Amino acid sequence: MACQCGQGQKQTDKDKKLQAVFARYRGQKGALIPVLQASQDIYGYLPREVMERIAKELRIPFSKVFGVATFYAQFHLKPRGENIIRVCLGTACHVRGGAKVFAKLKEELQIEDGETTEDLKFTLESVACIGACGLAPVMVINEDTHGRLTPEKVPEILDRYR
Amino acid sequence: MENLMTACCSECTHSPSQPCPDYIKCRTEGPICHDSEACRQKRQQLMDKVQVSPDKPHRRVLVCAGTGCISSGSRDVYNRMEAAVKEAGIDDCEVSITGCHGFCEQGPIVIIEPEGIFYGGVGADDVEEIVEKQLKNGEPVERLLYTEPTSGEKDKYYRDIMFYKKQERMVLKNCGHINPEKIDEYIITGGYRGLVKALTEYKPEEVIEEVKTSGLRGRGGGGFPTGLKWQFTAQAEGDQKYVVCNADEGDPGAFMDRSILEGNPHSVIEGMIIAGYAVGANEGYVYVRAEYPLAIKRLEIAIAQAEQYGILGDNIFDSGFSFKLRIKAGAGAFVCGEETALLNSIQGERGMPRVRPPFPANKGLWGKPTLLNNVETYANVPIIMEHGGRWYASRGTEKSKGTKVFALTGKVNNTGLAEVPMGITLREIIFDIGGGIKEGKQFKAVQIGGPSGGCLPAEKLDLPIDYDSLIDAGAMMGSGGLVVMDETTCMVDLARFFLTFTQNESCGKCTPCREGTKRMLEILTRITEGEGKEGDIETLERLAKSVKNTALCGLGQTAPNPILSTLRYFRDEYKAHIEKKWCPAGVCSALTVYKIDPDKCKGCTKCAKVCPVSAIKGEPKEVHEIDPEVCTKCGTCMENCKFEAIYKG
Repeated sequence: MACQCGQGQKQTDKDKKLQAVFARYRGQKGALIPVLQASQDIYGYLPREVMERIAKELRIPFSKVFGVATFYAQFHLKPRGENIIRVCLGTACHVRGGAKVFAKLKEELQIEDGETTEDLKFTLESVACIGACGLAPVMVINEDTHGRLTPEKVPEILDRYR
Repeated sequence: MENLMTACCSECTHSPSQPCPDYIKCRTEGPICHDSEACRQKRQQLMDKVQVSPDKPHRRVLVCAGTGCISSGSRDVYNRMEAAVKEAGIDDCEVSITGCHGFCEQGPIVIIEPEGIFYGGVGADDVEEIVEKQLKNGEPVERLLYTEPTSGEKDKYYRDIMFYKKQERMVLKNCGHINPEKIDEYIITGGYRGLVKALTEYKPEEVIEEVKTSGLRGRGGGGFPTGLKWQFTAQAEGDQKYVVCNADEGDPGAFMDRSILEGNPHSVIEGMIIAGYAVGANEGYVYVRAEYPLAIKRLEIAIAQAEQYGILGDNIFDSGFSFKLRIKAGAGAFVCGEETALLNSIQGERGMPRVRPPFPANKGLWGKPTLLNNVETYANVPIIMEHGGRWYASRGTEKSKGTKVFALTGKVNNTGLAEVPMGITLREIIFDIGGGIKEGKQFKAVQIGGPSGGCLPAEKLDLPIDYDSLIDAGAMMGSGGLVVMDETTCMVDLARFFLTFTQNESCGKCTPCREGTKRMLEILTRITEGEGKEGDIETLERLAKSVKNTALCGLGQTAPNPILSTLRYFRDEYKAHIEKKWCPAGVCSALTVYKIDPDKCKGCTKCAKVCPVSAIKGEPKEVHEIDPEVCTKCGTCMENCKFEAIYKG
């Protein structure tokens, strides 16, 4: 078994942050979505145990937490990559060749839409519109927007995050 | 730190904790609560510091910091500019960020004031030259000026650019000219005067009357008369009422709401407070989609500043009216743009629409009467209050008043946001403001109103745009997305694209939308793959009409519009796909064959080399041929041919 020292410590740090989230939202109306958002910020995704704790803390059925978490595209129930690539396939990007850029990304990373690379470096997602239509086709990696893309530009951009 | 609302001396007593109706006037034109020349001078000095009005010449370098320009690198430009101006010792010149100019394709945009010089595509490396030539010597940097796509001429000034010339910027007036992170600049350019007027001179029902007189209709899609909506909410019984702003701008191709929130957030806040006063609500929510982090950040800053100034909070301007505003970030669901789904989402539920009636005006957020309008609608309210409903109603057409912001994208030379008076024609928007079709190609159609809207062909170019004319033509205003398409766009493929979107976003609550969009998509996909059969068009039409008539919410009811409108205007294209197994636009790869024109082919062998499946054969300097059996129709050969000898047929 691999060494696990330090992991326990890490867990409690995250747990402490989660506690703070509960403290902040306890008793507030409509708190479930902000709590899920904050929890995902802490853990990177929504592990089952975390959703169970949310259900208990907010005094709502687990089924409701699960129902809301699976309804919205923003929430993820599986671990995600260090870098999140969101490729726009909205109208303007579609008209200007967004699909070709997306195909190139899939080829470069060897993953499909919504998947994460094995080394947990990249998660690839398609989105409908990020509102940067003037720069179409566009993709967003983490917080950076990359516009006026062509398939040729893809490898070089990916290298910056590797 | 001193700001616009700092008291001049101890005699001036009003503050957020001691509200006064003359608060803003006193601090901008005053003092008026006491007479002192020294105080007046001090006030003027403060005003001059934040002065942004065009009638007072003030040297400023404005660097656009909207999402578009930031992603083109405007942050570096701003940092370099600030440093360079300081280094050059130019003391009287301020370097500031602004919101979006709506001309994102030209980004990063830099404006030099007071002259109003427009530089586009500015990189960090261009900064030195701008400082050296423009700021020190007053000579423009020619190569960064904007070139008109039609005439090829360079425009030195912002005001000369055709893209802006035909626009009537009311809602977007301040976007790109004031710093959205400074409330002082909003106030000094006339901000919050509409609110002062509403709270101090109008009764709530008079505010509603004014909005009714203006003829303002909802800018988010349906075009429901805003004043009437306000009246319903005001008349509804309830101890607690809410005002909600729909900033879940999800239509692909539309980004005007993002631009307003990023470029002039206070206009939306002001509109919401006025609405709260009119309908009797003292709590409000702005529901912003999670994909707009910068809009959320700017809105947070704006709310905090308004609270600090006593513009949000208790007993605003001593009117007895209190208002609190909160932001709710969406979590990524297109259907939440539908008003009842949005309310469910704020409540922390799955964002599924409710059955109406009861309408939100009677039973909305947490079952209480709720007023829901979108960003652009609220941003129009301060203008109406300041200039009067009658003035507002003098703009636009008989039934559609004021202006509308359109997001012009697709195969058009100038893409960006265009605010135009209602009643302008599509031709004026696409060919005058938009500068015509890219690469001189032929205009084919324009998709108006996003996935809920429809495709209009060239015959409709002279249609004056308003809510009703668009519905008659089979499209709708929607949020105002305009995607221009040229001859290389396949209309069946486009309908399939929109259906893929709505099918994906269908929440699944009602059967017509859940099943109907899926079946329609299946048929469209089949047609684009060359498997279309006789009777498909009729089945599509029947399905589309029943979904339109029976779906629960706006998403489902309008989802068939792209199909119905393309069938109405481009039926022959569907027929070509089904009967001739041919895609006239050459988009559907199953229905196109790549061919080499023997007259143009020089036998350079390039195509044979780049073909990933070795489908091209031919000896050097002889005409090459493509084996259609092996060809995967990837298009690489066509992209690489220098002689344009490869075509799709």
